[in-house]
Amino acid sequence: MKSRTIKVDPLARVEGEGTLIVRMDGDAIRDVQLKIFEPPRFFEAFLRDRSFMEAPDITARICGICPVAYQMSSIQAMEQALHLTVSDGIKDLRRLMYCGEWIESHALHIYLLHAPDFVDMQDALQLAKQSPEVVRRGLEIKKIGNEIVTIVGGREIHPINARVGGFYRLPTAHELNPLKEKLQWARDASVETIRWVATLPFPSFERNYVFVALRNRKEYPMNDGRIVSTSGLDIAVSEYEQHFTEEHVEHSHALHSVMKDAGPYFVGPLARYNLNFDTLSPLAKDAARNAGLGETCRNPFKSIIVRSVEMLYACEEALRIIEAYHPPHSPFTPVQPAEGTGTGCTEAPRGILYHRYRLDPKGLIADARIVPPTAQNQKTIEEDLRQYVTQHIKEPIGRLTWGCEQAIRNYDPCISCATHFLKLQIQEGGAYGQNKRSPALP
Amino acid sequence: MSKTKLHEPSGSKSTTLRVRRPVGSRRPKLAVWKLASCDGCQLSILDCEHELLAIADAVTIAYFPEATRAQVKGPYDISLVEGSITTPHDAEHIHHIRRSSMLLVSIGACATSGGIQALRNFKDVKDYAKIVYASPEFLETLGKSTPISDHVPVDFELRGCPISKTQLVAALTALLHNRRPVVPNYGVCIECKRKGNVCGLITHGPPCLGPVTQAGCGALCPSYNRGCFGCFGPKESVNTASLSDFWLKSDMPKDELVRLYRGFTATAEAFRKESESHEVQNH
Repeated sequence: MKSRTIKVDPLARVEGEGTLIVRMDGDAIRDVQLKIFEPPRFFEAFLRDRSFMEAPDITARICGICPVAYQMSSIQAMEQALHLTVSDGIKDLRRLMYCGEWIESHALHIYLLHAPDFVDMQDALQLAKQSPEVVRRGLEIKKIGNEIVTIVGGREIHPINARVGGFYRLPTAHELNPLKEKLQWARDASVETIRWVATLPFPSFERNYVFVALRNRKEYPMNDGRIVSTSGLDIAVSEYEQHFTEEHVEHSHALHSVMKDAGPYFVGPLARYNLNFDTLSPLAKDAARNAGLGETCRNPFKSIIVRSVEMLYACEEALRIIEAYHPPHSPFTPVQPAEGTGTGCTEAPRGILYHRYRLDPKGLIADARIVPPTAQNQKTIEEDLRQYVTQHIKEPIGRLTWGCEQAIRNYDPCISCATHFLKLQIQEGGAYGQNKRSPALP
Repeated sequence: MSKTKLHEPSGSKSTTLRVRRPVGSRRPKLAVWKLASCDGCQLSILDCEHELLAIADAVTIAYFPEATRAQVKGPYDISLVEGSITTPHDAEHIHHIRRSSMLLVSIGACATSGGIQALRNFKDVKDYAKIVYASPEFLETLGKSTPISDHVPVDFELRGCPISKTQLVAALTALLHNRRPVVPNYGVCIECKRKGNVCGLITHGPPCLGPVTQAGCGALCPSYNRGCFGCFGPKESVNTASLSDFWLKSDMPKDELVRLYRGFTATAEAFRKESESHEVQNH
């Protein structure tokens, strides 16, 4: 029986360093491993004894791609711990900032990281040679997303303006207004994006996933909602740890998140879409239908279409918020340090991001826990790989390898984030088995 | 071949910049490496958006896994290195990167000072590990997070958490044109004055490291009603003792002062020494 091995090291067009290994004996899969080698950074440890006010700035540094998500989840948790409420105006500005992050992160993934797979190109630069107008459009949309984060947050990577209680400084209408015209363009460009990605070739691939996302009745979820699933879960964020747990897996250094009742699950754009289609805007719904999507979509390769639909929605939302903007009465609700425990969960571009903090009476962090989206998707990614390889095992190794990479990139995995949750899997014969590379640890 | 003297990265010996200019048609090869970090600084390259296509025209992007599957073998004309050294693997790997790079430019607070993960340097990493892991004795991580210049000679450093896109594009442009990149070595206060901000030290504003921090952010935090927290690390010839004295006299508790210096560039020498001199014993 002929043995074959797929090895991709490092995985390209993902954030952070990971390796894929698939071992096959003839037509049977022996092993699928998505290894993550990001070095440990110990965030939960050094967050201890830091002030509650520092958590948004510190946790942002877990990930340069989605710092807004870390700031929003940590702020929400701290405000819960300190029984703080904020005005609707502040909530709108937070949503605007999140729209900016969704737009830049989704445009990055759609155009620079994911699309090249569908057209058999190594990267977007190669794509830019063939279709410069397409890549320019993607870069321009991305830039507008970054501009929103910069105006509301101070800078696009590791913004500095969001704080527990609100913002350090409110943007003026004068600062936000120039975004209107740009967002009108970005909205139309997102419709174009949806038309374009709908023409890409999609492998026929579906699994019966359990999708998990936030949900609230009034709007497509970003900062607010209960945690719901397609398996019937409907819980408050504070109940997260009663329903989700992590388990060690034999082959991996990683700790994989599972739902206690339903096993592996799926977070991110596809999950949000399947659980919240009804709260999308009419334009986004129409664009999705025109792209051939129903109200549900179970093909992760089509996540590029769903991401584009979300990008369109985020442009519309950002425009709506800016058009209705009147600076709130005050930039923040004043806050005093106190003892307490709080949880926060928001929709990072890649899916739900959970934070929990316990504060001592001086407002210093006594204990912290963070579960990023890629941690939650990892088990599902590996199961996708098994099914994908099974379906395509007759293909030449080069083609099969690329298909596997694409199956991973469906999830827009953020390995820098994921590292954070990873824990040691001790193997026989040494701390990390025979692997010379360092394991990934928080 | 030309030689240009560069300004010296902190903690390393004086280095000499040698750009081997491509004679004829070969475009310089650019590689982008990632060690312990958040990805934000290399994202800055992709965030260059339209300049990105210009950069891609000026160089061959030879190794940049975040952006491309394609890989071109070294040696590389310019290597940008993001992240700090925190594992035995990376401590070895950086020598490989150095050997295959004509110019090595470390980018960001992690690569130039050790980053936020260098907070472990003030503790016993085993204690950190115990907080998070069931079997900390098996961890294969170094006790300290260190900048690239602690391990290999570095040709140029771009500071910041994250780096400034403008500085990145300017530095790449300079290097590609065989010029020495120039970044400001004065303090955040200068940028603050230029912006016309009201000084927080004088008006009882929030704790601020502006007087001792290198410019580069455009005095971002003071422009948003908050104090500087030192993303670009200590500037040249700092008087941290005087600034600390000022804050302590303004009734800042010592533990808060220590935390102020222990942010994203906590182990840059001037900040490390200052925070250690105020550390409350048995804390």
